[in-house]
Amino acid sequence: MTPHETKGAVQYTPYHPRWYRMRVSTYWWLWKWDYLKFVLRELSSIFVAYFVVITLLQIHSLSRGPEAYARFEERTRNPLMIALNAISLLFVLFHTITWFNLAPRAIVARVGGKRVPDIMIAGSNYVAWLVISAAVAWFILR
Amino acid sequence: MAADAPKKLLEPFLWTLFSAGGVVAALLMPVHIFLFGVAFPLGWLRDLSHGRALALIEHPLVRIYLFVFCSLPLFHWAHRFRYTLYDGLQIKHLNEVISVFCYGGAIIGTALAAYLLWRIL
Amino acid sequence: MAETIQLEVMRYSPEHDAVPSFQRFEVPYRKDWVVLDALNYIKDKLDGSLSYRWSCRMGICGSCGMMVNGEPKLTCATFLSHYAPDAVRVEPLRYFPVVRDLVIEMTDFMIKLQKVKPWIIRKDEKSIVDREYLQTPQQLDAYKQFSMCINCMLCYAACPVYGLDPLFTGPAAIALAQRYNIDSRDQGAKERMDILSQHEGIWGCTFVGECTEACPKNVDPAGAIQQYKLTAAKEWFKSLLMPWGAK
Repeated sequence: MTPHETKGAVQYTPYHPRWYRMRVSTYWWLWKWDYLKFVLRELSSIFVAYFVVITLLQIHSLSRGPEAYARFEERTRNPLMIALNAISLLFVLFHTITWFNLAPRAIVARVGGKRVPDIMIAGSNYVAWLVISAAVAWFILR
Repeated sequence: MAADAPKKLLEPFLWTLFSAGGVVAALLMPVHIFLFGVAFPLGWLRDLSHGRALALIEHPLVRIYLFVFCSLPLFHWAHRFRYTLYDGLQIKHLNEVISVFCYGGAIIGTALAAYLLWRIL
Repeated sequence: MAETIQLEVMRYSPEHDAVPSFQRFEVPYRKDWVVLDALNYIKDKLDGSLSYRWSCRMGICGSCGMMVNGEPKLTCATFLSHYAPDAVRVEPLRYFPVVRDLVIEMTDFMIKLQKVKPWIIRKDEKSIVDREYLQTPQQLDAYKQFSMCINCMLCYAACPVYGLDPLFTGPAAIALAQRYNIDSRDQGAKERMDILSQHEGIWGCTFVGECTEACPKNVDPAGAIQQYKLTAAKEWFKSLLMPWGAK
């Protein structure tokens, strides 16, 4: 913000009012329900990473033989583990739903010059999710 | 500008990894957690026996599937958690430490997954 | 009907105050009044020193953005009836420095807007004597939504990333850059990409989505930014796999 300089006239002395700047608190995400939902969505990634670790431990126990595998399964039956896994499931579902609902905004698909409606993009994601989940479950359970 | 080059170089790639991981996590994680984390331990469904699990995992496609399942979601976590630490805790000054922790963790996890799945041969 | 409604308005005088304070006013409650009408009543009849921006009073100039009960709103488009009989709290637009009362300092936005070059960039300028740039309705449709931005900055007041990182370019500026990127007449996408594919550009955005919620013109800046990220990612892979094909 440079002061004007008029030729030969008195130099303008800039008066700069003291602006008030509100500091954004570390707890900004508690200010609004929507902010909190956003942070919870981001934190769901922790539960995703957690279950990858569990899966790696499962594969590791699998390679060590039936007794190691049985011990791993025993640990998964611990009520605390089950509770943690249930919570993880909720968070991961939250991730899935928010991810599919936001997908149409990032993906612009045009068919015959007209934009594909959001609900079709989100819908096709949900359908794919159901089909793939069913296929995986069938493969594991059969 | 040259100092910007590394950052400009990697960010689109990291975001792509994050997106791919997000898709994998969204599609596959729920059924896996439900089965292995809740249904099997609670006895709702018949468990995956050691013998059957080994038989399934012998198939190279299954091992590739598991590798993707373990690796990409870790990169999804890395990217998202890094930004959560930036914005949520406002500790941007720990920038490099956060990046190393997050992406380093994902790389280690990926390496572990590759090693475990290879060794199971 | 002698019905009234309370307005709790933030006051800040840089010469006298160290921190802002709130002042309560009682204004007539009319069903068709908006918050701007209430503010004008205060200035006309109750306290002429109240400072605030407004102009068209019909939601097109983008001047009257303020926080109403903690939400960024255009005061000319926010009805008192929505809040009555409770008091209405009016504060200046969040995440911007406050100059006085409800007036914020918006130079930061103006600088960022200019930085993204929100105009048609051509490598080959056609002179007016030649034909004009033709555009089909479908081509217009591609960017029309993003062109509806009235620069009201409500999205900046909603964006926590902007609040936490003042260097962040922000929703409206990036959406406007994208508006020109996908305009068929424009040839400046590469130029803007170099400017915006930075941490304080599109990569600072974490898709909170509040900007789209706050936008009074349904511009969907969050969508614009995610589309921009997708384009940037594609460009990155293209340049990696085909470095000789630099546009």
